[in-house]
Amino acid sequence: MIRVDGIHKSFGKVHAVRGVSFAAPDGKITGLLGPNGAGKSTTLRVLYTVLKPDEGTASIDGADVVTDSLAARKNIGALPHGAGLYPHLTARENIAYYANLCGIDKSEVDDRVSGIITLLEIEEFADRRTKGFSQGQRTKVSLARALVHDPQNVILDEPTNGLDVMATRSLRRLILKLKDAGRCVLFSSHVMQEVAALCDDICIIANGQVAIDDSIDGIRERTGQSDLEEAFVCAIKMVGEE
Amino acid sequence: MRTLLTVFFKEVLDNIRDRRTLVSALLMGPIFGPVLFAFVINLSIDRALDDADSTMDLPVIGQEHAPNLMRFLRSRNINIVAGPEDIDGAAEAVKAGEHDVVLVIPANFGELLADTVPAKVELFSDEANSQGEKEARRARGALHAYNQQLATIRLSARGVNPMLLTPINVDAVDVSTPSGRSAMLLGMMSYFFIFALLMGGMYLAIDSTAGERERGSLEPLLSLPVTRDQLILGKIFAACVFMAASLMLSLISFYVVLKFMPLEQLGMTPNFDLGVVLAAFFLLLPFILLGAALMTLVASFTKSYKEAQTWLSAVLIAPTLPILVVSILTLRPQLEFMFVPSLSQHLILVDMVKNEPLNGLHIAISVCSTLFFGALLTWVCARLYRREGLLG
Repeated sequence: MIRVDGIHKSFGKVHAVRGVSFAAPDGKITGLLGPNGAGKSTTLRVLYTVLKPDEGTASIDGADVVTDSLAARKNIGALPHGAGLYPHLTARENIAYYANLCGIDKSEVDDRVSGIITLLEIEEFADRRTKGFSQGQRTKVSLARALVHDPQNVILDEPTNGLDVMATRSLRRLILKLKDAGRCVLFSSHVMQEVAALCDDICIIANGQVAIDDSIDGIRERTGQSDLEEAFVCAIKMVGEE
Repeated sequence: MRTLLTVFFKEVLDNIRDRRTLVSALLMGPIFGPVLFAFVINLSIDRALDDADSTMDLPVIGQEHAPNLMRFLRSRNINIVAGPEDIDGAAEAVKAGEHDVVLVIPANFGELLADTVPAKVELFSDEANSQGEKEARRARGALHAYNQQLATIRLSARGVNPMLLTPINVDAVDVSTPSGRSAMLLGMMSYFFIFALLMGGMYLAIDSTAGERERGSLEPLLSLPVTRDQLILGKIFAACVFMAASLMLSLISFYVVLKFMPLEQLGMTPNFDLGVVLAAFFLLLPFILLGAALMTLVASFTKSYKEAQTWLSAVLIAPTLPILVVSILTLRPQLEFMFVPSLSQHLILVDMVKNEPLNGLHIAISVCSTLFFGALLTWVCARLYRREGLLG
């Protein structure tokens, strides 16, 4: 369960996030949708505790991301935007490194790593050094290492960026699997169709503010647009006009 | 502790597989120093031997006017060769660097000698050219000796004691010991050790800060349930291990190189046996923490791998500065100097190589102060690692 309550974040003069609030419940997929530069990444970075909000609070399963950040991080698997791997280590070693850092029992590390490798269907290149991996391969390995400690909350920042159709599909299947397992999945995207295909709830962000936070049908209803893309544009305009 | 060890082992493995790190840590540092050192020493051996034993070619214009002088010069291992045509040619040839020195003997040399009038000879040389200056000095010395010889003969022939010409007899006594003389040249050795040591951890320091950031692996790493202190400490310790390995290798390679160098010919017998190798290793060990923390600190301020490389190259030079100042001013080891890292190690190492008794207090202060600065910088690093700006 992820809760965000009125967070603000500025970088110098740029007020990137201006009072964003939403909740992402367990067993559901929540989409953070917005144009480039809307403040999606900044919001997610606050959630996985690499940034501190200037104002407002956020919590992961009840643990505050600022005052109790270590406990918050324990329950997160995060895939930051453009996450990089260690090129001199194999995919398996990359994943095992995170498994060890997450404190998984030493005797279990090998099994857990093999398990996640099977789950993500990356056996084929698991024992190759990650130097020269394709974007799709890199994303899968990054995801595997983010999920290796079986976190209750999964935060994905534009995970489908740079992926081809096949890779996107398998990522979708995985996200649905996580949902079925009762996990809380929060992911960001700037592609409406992608969010619509997966999410139970959508939080549209524009200009650092929440435009609409509702189910897909709710968004259609409130914007009066049956076409999702139109609804998206309409919602963004609502914020812009304020 | 497990986190720290996990980071540590991962960094070690990662960097062992990185050819660039490996080459700089285990090859560049340890090889560069000894090779340069061997080169410089060989050069000075060549030069030292040049002076006394080697034959020197001396172009002479008008040899036929002074056969006795020519014989005298040959007896001093100076080989007389034909010079340019005339005096103008001589000046030109020296200016152009064709000859280092040219001796010109006038046609009336014999007559003047017979008349006991000072006979003028001309010696052309280029004092700006250090090789030419040396040859000119040698030629001048030989001519001076011939002058003395003639004067002695003339005085004796007139029944005057030639001793009258030397009221003072200067005897220069060099009190330096062979080990002491070594120290001057071997003084630069300590810098090579510090250089190799820093070089060993340089790429690791860059990799764990600017490298992680540039690769995009820093952000996911920071989102793991570990404290940043543990991450940075693991990285600094990994850098320490590489530095220690690099230091040990460079000490050993120096030990091997010195064995094969004809240092006795320079009148030097440095005290650099295996015991000193080990002692030097432990003496420089505290500097490793300081070096690793310093490099990590500087690298963490930079935005990219390239920028970090530039800055860290400057850090490689920094430890030389105190050594350089003290060498130029030829200061003796003092208590205050022992508080300065790199300088204290240098001074103690020089004493070791000179085989002089070591001051226990000096060593204690050197170790403690270096460790203190190392711990301080490590703390600053950890503080900086907690910053948000770390992600750039």
